[in-house]
Amino acid sequence: MVHVPLLLQLVNTCAAGLLLLSFAMLSQRRVVTLVYLLATQGALLCLATLLLAWRTHQHHLYISAALTLGLKVMFLPWLLHRLIRRLDVYWDTEPLLNTSVTMLLGLVIVVFAFGLAQPIAALSSTAARSTIGIAIAVILLAFMMMITRRKAMSQVIGFLSMENGLFFGAMSATYGMPMVVELGVALDVLVAMLVLGVFFFQIREQFDSLDLHHLESLKEKP
Amino acid sequence: MLTLPTTPLDGCLTVIAAWGVIGLAGLLRPHSVRFVGRVLFPLSAVCGLALAVVAARGIGAPATHAVLLIGLPDLPLHLRSDALACLFLTMLGAATTGISLFAGGYFRQGHGAAPGLLCLQYHIFLASMGCVLLADDAYAFMVAWESMALSSYFLVTTQHRLAEIRRAGFIYLLIAHLGALAILLSFGVLQGGSWQFTFDSMRAAHLSPPWATAAFLLALLGFGAKAGLVPLHVWLPEAHPAAPSPVSALMSGVMLKTAVYGVLRVSFDLLGAPPWWWGLVALGVGLGSAFYGVIFTAVQTDMKRLLAWSSIENIGIVFAGLGLAIIFHGFGMGALAALALIASLYHCLNHACMKSLLFLGTGAVLHATGERNLGKLGGLIHRMPWVAWLTLIGALAIAGLPPLNGFVSEWLLLQAFLFAGDVPRAFVDMLLPIGAAIVALCTALAGYAMVKFYGVIFLGQPREPTLAGAQDAGMLERLGLVWLAAGCVALGLFPVQVIGQLNVVTHSLLGAALADPTAHWWLLAPAVARGAAYGPLVFLLVSAVVIVLTLLAVRMFYHRRVRRAPPWDCGFARLDARMQDSAEGFGQPIRHIFQPFFLIDRELPTAFDSKPRYRMSVADRIWRFGYEPVGQAVRRMAELVTVLQQGRISTYLLYSFVTLLVLLALVL
Amino acid sequence: MSPLNLTTQALEIIAAIAAAPLFVGWVNQCRAWLQNRSAPSVLQPYRGIRKLFHKDAVLAERASPLFRIAPYMVFGAMVLAAAIIPSMGTRLPLTVAADSIALVGLLATARMFMSLAAMDVGTAFGTLGARREMMVGFLAEPALLMVIFVAALISQTTSLAAIAEHLSSQTLALYPSLAFTAVAFTLVLLAENARIPVDNPATHLELTMIHEAMLLEYSARHLALMEWAAALKLFNYVCIGVALFVPWGVATESQGPLGLLVSVPVLALKLCGAGAGLAVIETVSAKLRVFRAPELMATAFLFAVLGLLVHLLLGA
Repeated sequence: MVHVPLLLQLVNTCAAGLLLLSFAMLSQRRVVTLVYLLATQGALLCLATLLLAWRTHQHHLYISAALTLGLKVMFLPWLLHRLIRRLDVYWDTEPLLNTSVTMLLGLVIVVFAFGLAQPIAALSSTAARSTIGIAIAVILLAFMMMITRRKAMSQVIGFLSMENGLFFGAMSATYGMPMVVELGVALDVLVAMLVLGVFFFQIREQFDSLDLHHLESLKEKP
Repeated sequence: MLTLPTTPLDGCLTVIAAWGVIGLAGLLRPHSVRFVGRVLFPLSAVCGLALAVVAARGIGAPATHAVLLIGLPDLPLHLRSDALACLFLTMLGAATTGISLFAGGYFRQGHGAAPGLLCLQYHIFLASMGCVLLADDAYAFMVAWESMALSSYFLVTTQHRLAEIRRAGFIYLLIAHLGALAILLSFGVLQGGSWQFTFDSMRAAHLSPPWATAAFLLALLGFGAKAGLVPLHVWLPEAHPAAPSPVSALMSGVMLKTAVYGVLRVSFDLLGAPPWWWGLVALGVGLGSAFYGVIFTAVQTDMKRLLAWSSIENIGIVFAGLGLAIIFHGFGMGALAALALIASLYHCLNHACMKSLLFLGTGAVLHATGERNLGKLGGLIHRMPWVAWLTLIGALAIAGLPPLNGFVSEWLLLQAFLFAGDVPRAFVDMLLPIGAAIVALCTALAGYAMVKFYGVIFLGQPREPTLAGAQDAGMLERLGLVWLAAGCVALGLFPVQVIGQLNVVTHSLLGAALADPTAHWWLLAPAVARGAAYGPLVFLLVSAVVIVLTLLAVRMFYHRRVRRAPPWDCGFARLDARMQDSAEGFGQPIRHIFQPFFLIDRELPTAFDSKPRYRMSVADRIWRFGYEPVGQAVRRMAELVTVLQQGRISTYLLYSFVTLLVLLALVL
Repeated sequence: MSPLNLTTQALEIIAAIAAAPLFVGWVNQCRAWLQNRSAPSVLQPYRGIRKLFHKDAVLAERASPLFRIAPYMVFGAMVLAAAIIPSMGTRLPLTVAADSIALVGLLATARMFMSLAAMDVGTAFGTLGARREMMVGFLAEPALLMVIFVAALISQTTSLAAIAEHLSSQTLALYPSLAFTAVAFTLVLLAENARIPVDNPATHLELTMIHEAMLLEYSARHLALMEWAAALKLFNYVCIGVALFVPWGVATESQGPLGLLVSVPVLALKLCGAGAGLAVIETVSAKLRVFRAPELMATAFLFAVLGLLVHLLLGA
């Protein structure tokens, strides 16, 4: 077995934690818990970034870590909590697929992602290249979570988790995106979040519910 | 005075001929149960034993050829006995010994066809299976294969007066022929333009990869139909319950294995070097069958149907091992390929023993009670202790519990899966652990199904008053059961000796073998993994010592007073047999968890029904959506043809006349 | 076969048999503390077993020999399992009898006998218990197997002693895959030992019970053996967990008698911790509906498989 330095082992462990949290989010139906899970995922991401920054001496990664901490661990969860309280959406209704089937599909997705990542990882030369597969898996799992939920709130959380995965993927493949892009993405997420918050209130005023199937009635009648 | 045959091939042929003679002898006094049952079937069992001995000794011997000058002019029958054939002949012989003994006590008057006729069909069936294994050209193979299918068809439809059984026989025949067609086409591809149909020339023919793939896929389709791989499995749950129990045992225990033999023969021997992705196909189909088979096993309510589904599961596991062997072989991982193939072959042997044992056990129950429906059985361990305890061995074995034989093959297969990490191919290395997970899941589910099977039939209270008169099996039947149960135990306790023989077979097929698998005669330790070992004898010994010591300690320090009282059941006094779980009830969790796989038709009583009735049936989606549409389409087409049928002779003459005119016009 | 090997082996078996009820007592005590009840003595399980042994056995009229054999079989299986789990030392002569796969098979054998015995008398509760036990078991068993596979892949062997040896003797390494399997293993442990959230060992609430339902017809020495076997089972599972996830302190091949001597208090410490942890889990979680139990086990199974995949991806 190849000997891996301890720091990288820690990064790997963080990666595994991210994946574990993705699965936990996939099976969780309480929206409040989802937010906590998202915040934990952000914290793990922050930790992984710090570790990589420490190991590779890439200073801009420290800034990314700080950004992650401020935005994904503190501000967004706080915002989401406020939204949940004000909108009174503590539970998502029964998801479209039952939990076991969702998890099984999740497993298939992980196999797919890992298989996909092996050739990519072979090309990449970064220290954390073996975690690319996990990053892809996190993105796809978050995507699947968005598909299987009915409530707008859980979909937003899925969206944020997907962004986490994307960020982690970029980090493992190329030590993060250029700073400008990263800041841009962070700003995008922030704005998207705020807009969605406003949007939620609008939806609720219109339909008295955040259940997204009401949006289906918006299509044009033949 | 006969001289003893010198080569294994001669020995096997002698036994096969003897079976033929025994079959014909049945026609001497076709209606005498005593003659057929007490003389001929035991004789047949002796022949089986002889075959097992001769063939087992032939595994290590060099391959021998023979050419029989019978059959069509210029088409002599080529025969050959090599390690692979001898292994399967050993299985045939050993299983037949037990089954024939049992059959001697089983066939009685008034079961459809006359005993003598049954005896003939039964022995033709046996002999044709032997010929399939010995055949060395496509012609001999197909003749033997078809006589095997036909004789078993007649055996399945022994009670042909029942419409249900005729239907089962029809489905069996239909799928058997579809399979035979695919095999024939496969041989057609295999000859590779030389138009020589001996296996030797097929080995020599070098096919281009696409043609080799076509041959392999056709063979997999054809043999898969016989083996009962999903989605060609539909005949199994119909035909096995319809046949008399010894025949079910033969079909499930041995005949399905001839299909495994066929795939092995074609892929490793005739085609030579199979590419790895064929293995992936076989592995996928195998695992799919195993899983599909086992969840249906758990929800069955007919005991023989339950066992038939369980056969689908086991064959699936065999094919999974086979696929794994092809994958490893394709990647040049010799020792692992050998391990996987050994696991697969071992499971064949195991299944021959334990499934035959279970089928015979259900046969004894069926005779004693006249019931196949689990909902009408129960508590038979008190009335039929012999059958019950021997069947328990089979049930524990098939559930893959140590130290019995089912566990050994599971262990070997899991070892092969586990140390496959170095497969040099993305996706494949990720898929293999999933395969291991599915195998583990299937084994655990088999345990579930076996608790249900055994518990509902033999334990608890009798569900019908008539069961109180059930009689235990007779002497010959017991002997047969004991033989097979002993096989289960022996295969479980002495795996090293068996693997030593299987290693010869894998060496002849793969050119690779396990290094020194027989280093310790009591310890199963393939050198693939460091320190991984399983010593069934030690296992059994230590368990036995602990159990006996516990028993003695309890007796010594305390007392052995026992009082009998009505059951406690939380103080409920008016307990009756209907309050136990029925077979449906026991299968309920599986129905619930794996709901998407089943087609469930349920009628629930409401709270206000004065006579509440609960009816539930579980159907196979593949049958409903794969086969029925085809059947209906065929029927519709047939109905279109009936337009031509007028019943007037002049119309028919007109058809002939028009046909003649058209043909003449074409020739013009 | 050196004397040290034999001592280790004997010590493990005797310690397991003797200490298993103590461990149950400890868990019960922790739980009582956490729930603000006055705690029973840690020795309470011993008293219960002793009392049962002294009583006259009452058998149901319809009970077959299978029913009477089953307690001995189950107990024997658990003792053999205790013999091959390296809880104190890895120099175990009996590990040749069974590796980890055989261990899982052994536990399955015990479960199967218990379920069959439960069906034997033919009561409503007995069959219900057997069905539910098998329902939990058929998912828990492969999950446990997958958990063990991850550890087996890390150390390239399926022998449990060798796994513990490998994991405890190398330099500190983090295995992310073990994080997944630890979650899965905890779930399996809870389910297989009839703990909340799958089953409640403290009640006879008829609609929810699993383990107790199977034992309803047992009394006196048979019940005592079954209870003892259940305690041993819990002890064994915790020891498997210790061997896989916190193996440090176990006496390895290279260590002499001193290592064995040290390993005893270390094991005691680990067991105390595990017992307290178990009590915490049982206190903070609520009993699931029976139909949610397979979902929980499916989750455990998936996590274990994920652990396997993560191991393959990360190589650790």
